Amino acid sequence: MRVMGQLAMVMNLDKCIGCHTCSVTCKQAWTNRAGTEYVWFNNVETRPGQGYPRTYQDQKKWKGGWELNGRGRLKLRAGGRLHKLLTIFANPLMPSIGDYYEPWTYDYDRLFSAPATEDTPVARPRSLISGLPTKITWSANWDDNLAGSPQLASADPVLRKLSDQVKLEFEQAFMFYLPRICEHCLNPSCVASCPSGAMYKRAEDGIVLVDQDRCRGWRMCVTGCPYKKVYFNHRTGKAEKCTFCYPRVEVGIPTVCSETCVGRLRYIGLILYDADRVMDAASVPDEKDLYEAQKSVLLDPDDPEVIAGARASGIPEDWLDAARRSPIHKLIFEYGVALPLHPEYRTMPMVWYIPPLSPMVDALAGTGHDGEDAGNLFGAIDSLRIPVEYLAELFTAGDPEPVRASLRRLAAMRSYMRRLNLGQSPDESIAASAGLTGEQVEGMHRLLALAPYAERYVIPKAHAEQAGELEESFAGCSLDYEGGPGMGGPFGEASGVPAPVAVENFHALKDRQGSGALVDPADRSGRVNLLNWDGKGMPDGLFPKREEKS
Amino acid sequence: MNALDLLLWVAAPYVALTVFVLGHVWRYRYDKFGWTTRSSQMYESRLLRVGSPLFHFGLLVVILGHVGGLVIPKSWTEAVGVTEEAYHLVAVVLGTVAGVCTLAGLAILVYRRRTVGPVFTATTRNDKLMYAVLVLVIVLGLAATVAANVIGGGYDYRSTISPWFRSVFAFQPKAELMAGAPPLFQAHALSALLLFAIWPFTRLVHMLTAPIGYLTRPYIVYRSRDDRPGRPARGWEPSNRP
Repeated sequence: MRVMGQLAMVMNLDKCIGCHTCSVTCKQAWTNRAGTEYVWFNNVETRPGQGYPRTYQDQKKWKGGWELNGRGRLKLRAGGRLHKLLTIFANPLMPSIGDYYEPWTYDYDRLFSAPATEDTPVARPRSLISGLPTKITWSANWDDNLAGSPQLASADPVLRKLSDQVKLEFEQAFMFYLPRICEHCLNPSCVASCPSGAMYKRAEDGIVLVDQDRCRGWRMCVTGCPYKKVYFNHRTGKAEKCTFCYPRVEVGIPTVCSETCVGRLRYIGLILYDADRVMDAASVPDEKDLYEAQKSVLLDPDDPEVIAGARASGIPEDWLDAARRSPIHKLIFEYGVALPLHPEYRTMPMVWYIPPLSPMVDALAGTGHDGEDAGNLFGAIDSLRIPVEYLAELFTAGDPEPVRASLRRLAAMRSYMRRLNLGQSPDESIAASAGLTGEQVEGMHRLLALAPYAERYVIPKAHAEQAGELEESFAGCSLDYEGGPGMGGPFGEASGVPAPVAVENFHALKDRQGSGALVDPADRSGRVNLLNWDGKGMPDGLFPKREEKS
Repeated sequence: MNALDLLLWVAAPYVALTVFVLGHVWRYRYDKFGWTTRSSQMYESRLLRVGSPLFHFGLLVVILGHVGGLVIPKSWTEAVGVTEEAYHLVAVVLGTVAGVCTLAGLAILVYRRRTVGPVFTATTRNDKLMYAVLVLVIVLGLAATVAANVIGGGYDYRSTISPWFRSVFAFQPKAELMAGAPPLFQAHALSALLLFAIWPFTRLVHMLTAPIGYLTRPYIVYRSRDDRPGRPARGWEPSNRP
């Protein structure tokens, strides 16, 4: 047994209202720079829908993740080491910018510089890639809220697996939101795909990162990740990905997406796992066993043997304590409501989801039934508007039973808690019918509905004795960094000493706010992009110039 | 042998090699972040899928051919029974095919770079200079081969150019060997020296970090936060605050 720590996240889809606040704040924090205009470390997609990038879940096409070879051993779906090196000069499985979307800004300057005419001047869209006028035909969430359905949604790779039973006619349409970040997998296929060895999993907290100094831009990680959560910065020629906001979690505060989540649906905590068993668990023959196999790799932090193993591998006591208080462990094991996203990719993803339930209650109430009666609820799970089969394709490789069990527990919680709210006696049988005790149901209710900040985010700080070694710490932050965001070095715009992202963003924002070159193709990075504008300062061209006082 | 010969075939090679070696050391220390292929595949992949493998694989064969022709002495191949005629036939045929592939690939890539908008805007002046020198080297090399062997009666560079090449690395440069070589070969060699001299300062550096290690390393890389004890990351100042 080799015990390792992993920071994991659970998102409660019942509470996601699809407001994209997580995406926008993440973008503000991490990817508001030139070269990452199209990059969303966090995105929220409407399911059913094509996702971002388009149809990324279709692994027949994109070949991300792992599969078993004829001898039952894991191999990268996109091909082994030699195959990768032979296709390194032109990766045939790399999504083009069109598969994401072509980022754009607007010609705001036209609004002010256009000569007086009969017609109101229009700010036309311009591509941030080529600098030329463009037509906007797609974006990261073009099919938000089922826009364009059924034409667009029918291309959903998940939906295609069960298209016979699921209808997308207006009356029967269903949808829910799926916020996605990097899964920080236990068996990351992006790391395995990196020819340079620049990608790595941090031993302490399991965060998967790209070493910007060692990345050579071979682009194989983009192909390797089945979730398409590694992106290619087209200006620096290096891969970038969700960092789990490591500068924040190192000092014990949650990721930006979690911190700003309006619905408070995200949970972060530490999980202990047995690194020696990851490979075996990822190679179980039947895809439907992968959910259980993945759970079997995760360790019980209260087990004395695990504690001894953790101490032996140098995990500090306060981290063990955090692992015992981890909301993630509770949601996966004790309450059994959280499920992994696409375990069939065999990467052992570490961002888990509580499947959505709520439309059912309204639907039941609408038919005149008591929408929160346990019997009615349990009976209705299989006639959910969001088909259990669809959720199963997302979370359990098509096995509906774990999804059903999770939904039953959520339904039981509603029913059980309603009795308490109405002053009735607690009904243990409701809890028992979902395999829980009343006490557990109340605990789950507290965690899902009431839990304050400190219970939702149990993040052990990186150790004080290691503080000087942190990759980025607020204490060490200096914005006096010379040269700005890595542009204009002697070997192209990305050369020279790299700027840490936080510093780069500071300069990028500052540059944009003071930039006069709105539509100068030579300086695309300087254009005002409303997304990048923080409301402070006055970017030239966004407002009419003030009259100079004489 | 005059002063010009000494300058071209003794001084220039050592200058180019010194710049090549020290340039890479300096670039690696100063500019790890800029050490990348700067792939433009995101912008365009239809032309790239044809041009890039054609160019790179062609170039790999060309490089292997150069190693075979320049590094391995004629006496060695003759000792294992390969006659000059047989060697020459293989070298010329293989060299010409690979050279044409390389050049065709490069033509596609340059065409793509010029005509595809986003690729063109991502092209720096540095890239343009590098492309010009690279094209020059390849065209001159191919022209020398074609002129000497296909049109002319054949030129045995293994008794002049190759010994000169080896003599440079043995630190006993024999400029007189090179002084008598046909002008096209001379021009090819000089342009190659120029390419080596600008190499460390262009995107060509990616060749030196060809990921051969990938074939043997374990798939999953773990790294500890403590990999760099005692000093803050580059670009950051140490903090004195608690």
